[in-house]
Amino acid sequence: MTGDLLIVSGLTKAYPGVVANDAVSFVIREGEVHALLGENGAGKSTLVKMIYGLVKPDSGVMTLRGAPYAPPDPHRARTSGVAMVFQHFSLFEAMNVAENVALGMENPPPLRDLAARIRDVSETYGLPLDPHRIVGDLSAGERQRVEIIRCLLQSPRLLIMDEPTSVLTPQEVGILFQTLRKLTAEGVAILYISHKLEEIRALCDHATILRQGRNVGTCVPRDTPARAMAEMMVGSAFAAPARTDREMGAVALEVADLSVAATGQFGTSLRAVTFAVRAGEVLGIGGVAGNGQDELLAALSGEMPVAAGAVRLWGEPIGQMGPAARRVLGLLTAPEERLGHAAAPDMSLTENAILTAAAREHLMHRGFLRWGAAEAFTRRIISAFDVRTPGPSTAARALSGGNLQKFVIGREVLQRPEVLVVNQPTWGVDAAAAAAIRQALLDLAAGGAAVICISQDLDELMEISDRFGALNEGRLSEIQSTHGLSVEAVGLMMGGAHGMEVAHV
Amino acid sequence: MLKLEKRPQPSRLWTWVTPILAVVITMLAGGALFAALGQDPVEAISTIFWQPLFGEFAFYYRPQLLIKGAPLVLIAIGLSLGFRAGIWNIGAEGQYIVGALAGAGVGLAFYPTESWVIFPLMVLAGAIGGWVWGTIPALLKLKFGTNEILVSLMLVYVAEQLLAAMALGLMKNPEGRGFPGSRNLRQYESAHNAELITGTGMHWGVVAAMIAVILAYVLLSRHILGYHIRLAGQAPKAARFAGVRSARLILFCLGTSGALAGLAGMFEVSGPAGQVSIDFNVGYGFTAIIVAFLGRLHPLGILLAGTLLALTYIGGELAQSNMGLPAAAIQLFQGMLLFFLLAVDVLTNFRVRLSRPEVA
Amino acid sequence: MMILSSIDPVLLLASLMVASTPILLAALGELVVERAGVLNLGVEGMMITGAICGFAMAVNTGSPLVGFIAAAAGGAVLALLFALLTQFALANQVASGLALTLFGLGLSSLLGQGYVGIKPPPTARLDLPILSDLPLVGRVLFSHDLMVYFALALVALVWALLKYTRAGLILRAVGENHEAAHALGYKVVRIRILAILFGGACAGLGGAYLSLVRVPQWTEGMTSGAGWIALALVVFASWKAGRVLLGAWLFGGVSVLQLNLQAAGLAIPVEYLSMSPYLITILVLVIMSADKSRAPASLGRIFHASQ
Repeated sequence: MTGDLLIVSGLTKAYPGVVANDAVSFVIREGEVHALLGENGAGKSTLVKMIYGLVKPDSGVMTLRGAPYAPPDPHRARTSGVAMVFQHFSLFEAMNVAENVALGMENPPPLRDLAARIRDVSETYGLPLDPHRIVGDLSAGERQRVEIIRCLLQSPRLLIMDEPTSVLTPQEVGILFQTLRKLTAEGVAILYISHKLEEIRALCDHATILRQGRNVGTCVPRDTPARAMAEMMVGSAFAAPARTDREMGAVALEVADLSVAATGQFGTSLRAVTFAVRAGEVLGIGGVAGNGQDELLAALSGEMPVAAGAVRLWGEPIGQMGPAARRVLGLLTAPEERLGHAAAPDMSLTENAILTAAAREHLMHRGFLRWGAAEAFTRRIISAFDVRTPGPSTAARALSGGNLQKFVIGREVLQRPEVLVVNQPTWGVDAAAAAAIRQALLDLAAGGAAVICISQDLDELMEISDRFGALNEGRLSEIQSTHGLSVEAVGLMMGGAHGMEVAHV
Repeated sequence: MLKLEKRPQPSRLWTWVTPILAVVITMLAGGALFAALGQDPVEAISTIFWQPLFGEFAFYYRPQLLIKGAPLVLIAIGLSLGFRAGIWNIGAEGQYIVGALAGAGVGLAFYPTESWVIFPLMVLAGAIGGWVWGTIPALLKLKFGTNEILVSLMLVYVAEQLLAAMALGLMKNPEGRGFPGSRNLRQYESAHNAELITGTGMHWGVVAAMIAVILAYVLLSRHILGYHIRLAGQAPKAARFAGVRSARLILFCLGTSGALAGLAGMFEVSGPAGQVSIDFNVGYGFTAIIVAFLGRLHPLGILLAGTLLALTYIGGELAQSNMGLPAAAIQLFQGMLLFFLLAVDVLTNFRVRLSRPEVA
Repeated sequence: MMILSSIDPVLLLASLMVASTPILLAALGELVVERAGVLNLGVEGMMITGAICGFAMAVNTGSPLVGFIAAAAGGAVLALLFALLTQFALANQVASGLALTLFGLGLSSLLGQGYVGIKPPPTARLDLPILSDLPLVGRVLFSHDLMVYFALALVALVWALLKYTRAGLILRAVGENHEAAHALGYKVVRIRILAILFGGACAGLGGAYLSLVRVPQWTEGMTSGAGWIALALVVFASWKAGRVLLGAWLFGGVSVLQLNLQAAGLAIPVEYLSMSPYLITILVLVIMSADKSRAPASLGRIFHASQ
């Protein structure tokens, strides 16, 4: 079990304007769990795509079990024994589990045999699946099981997992780890990509750390404190947001018994969601993606009309009002999807400022747009939030994720909202920008606004929220103060293990 | 190997260059086509593009530019609003016909009374007729989610049958000695869409087209409704987030383009065409689609593109009579224009890169 | 009622089979294309191109079979242009389909210049010894030309292919989620191009059936919207092969019925009867539109593999 399985040597890949990977070298041994650590944008995804044959390296070599390894496509990678579970699943929602698994395999057996094999393998590894269920009906954790089973049925020697726990509850994470340990006991090596230090310390044998495309070091996670690994990942230390003790004002936004049917075939219904936020308070709403977060935001932003009294702003029922009317009253929102939802990718920043600020910032007069005022407002956002961009006429899609997110949040914050609701405000954003955004939210609350932060990042929520609740399958848990709340309690609030079973080891 | 790489932002330069490039390529391909048909390509191209503007009889042909260009521009302006919003009105030909029928119907109803009020009423009727025909697909889309492309298109065929029914039945000229077709409106002074300045070809339809261009420009660049139209087409989710009410947009775009097409039809039937007849419609509603795209859905671009396509119509007729070039060749030429424009348009958003040979 | 009694039901049913064949063929082809996630509005252009190619080749060689093969090829070549535009030049699919239709109409008019008024070589009809002579069933089911049976067989073939084969599974996957299919290593563009070519060939065959069998003659613009009806048919069928057959019979039936009513002297002006197939199409679209959720999820969206 101590032979070298995969040797990566000097792998380089550059795209216009950025070097994604710069002469990266490391070794994965047979049967070990090897972590690939790094912040967003460090180059983990690109490196792993090269190993899986989706991207061709510009230079460098790979050796798999002593033989040269240069897969021209994922098919070849799979036949060489390398399998990958992506962060964003490659699943077909309208098809069933068996069909999805068949599509991910080289030479799948006829569907009937395949269904039987799926049942067997899934039971053995503690991830039971019904082959005839439609994937669109499965939870995120169950969908990941489909991806894993797909890989396992091809008897891989190396299993690559890209940010696997981002969609799992703490209990589901535990079950996944047991499955992975069983695999390594059978000699399968695992390349585990993550930025979650505690998980890596619990699970992995070795860790390679990437920063800005370079390998900045290898360590043994069990022997390395989390702080040390974080510093290697990020480089410079940065200030954690400052929380001040605040006076809470009157109830600004009240949601009472909000129940909404699921939008489309694969959405989540909201069931009797009830909560209230006071002026000056930050309410954190946690939960794994796909449990109603998008629906909740749509109900609050006005994109989805609900019962008039289900949402009240300063006591007034606004459930039937559209987004424009709500903005005039002071309720602003920022959705999760930056490009395409919060901002129009091909429009300039100035045009994107008009998207939400037209009424509140008086950017139009009797329907006619005041371009000068719009540009001035955009410049204010750019300077106040340190948005790196050539100028206000740059297209939104030209900005990096972090900068665009700063712009989007900044656009709402500078409109002096009375209530601000944000969904995944720092998702895919580099650490410095994330800190700036969190600080902006805290400052907003300190200024008297009510802030609701919907996020999958529990660390973030614990940092900035005064009170916390969790969304699970459309239901909101009891809301508790964040002082003294344990990870265990939070995990339970997030709903436990969705009926998963322990592996039959 | 050629690879396409997305540009960080849409290229302003290429937005204006692509239509010109497309025209040039089409001229080359068209020339090849004409050569294949046994014609001299240079002579054909110059007959189509040069002669009507600068040739011997240009004084006759230049007014034709306005006459043929006006309906194209008028219809295309209406279409461009919808296309920008992702609302596909393909039935402009039908709205054109219905507008013509409505306008002519009002005019014929007043015959033989002469009054200055008749023409404005006809204009109103034409606009309303087209508006109604365009609102049908809008309502069906709003109420039932029906695809507006197919509905508006089906209504074209229905309108053509309606035209035939009118020409042979209700609107048939009682003094026409049994020939099909309505009374000639050009002989009915109050209903005649006459040239405003003799010899220039400028009739009320041309004026309407100019006004439409200006209004559309102001709407798209300076008004929030124009902004919402652009937003809805580019990023529908963002539009909903911004509070754009898609129902209003759909009704506005389909109704307005219907009204403009109806107006074009009405001006045509009371002016250059003169009467309601079975072959009254010549495909302006479809050519206008090409005009809209060639003009990059921009009012000024449409003005230029409409003039260019009018030129191909006129030049085509000239080539037909002088060189025996078949009329269908011009139709093909116009189709090629759209094709090449769409093909070249990729350069606006993508760069072409020669990818380096991959290292093993 | 006297009018209805002057219409022979057996003839009606038999001509229904014939009338439905062109749109059946075109719709089956478009069904496959749309299941792969591509919306090709150029069916009308491909049909009419097939109509003239088939007609011209049949007249020139004297063989309708050669004509049909040429029609399929003609439709496929035109479809190839659409494929290049949408899959390589990443053009908007709606605009490209319209361009294809306008181009096809112009091209066919041009090619058809010398063929107006000519009679094509007749296509053989099936003449089975006993079966064709059966009183009712014989005429309706067993006396048609081969293309009618070919079209019916194609329905079964497409249905089986999509449901039971790996190729069908992959095609459906590409139509459902082209990003995921690409991530799994499937050649999305290649699969879509093949589907588009198939659609073009089928539309071409449908058009040739009009010019060689149904009418049979060549006239400019003779498809008169059949291609658009075929598109509506795919929606009506909720993208299922079996339902396409039912829809084709429905439309074929309506168009045949209104012709018969015209001939029987019904006291409605001919033009209003001629409107009926189009109005029925709108009605059908309205009824079926509520079921949008059945459309392939990637339908109409542009795919660009960003590496």
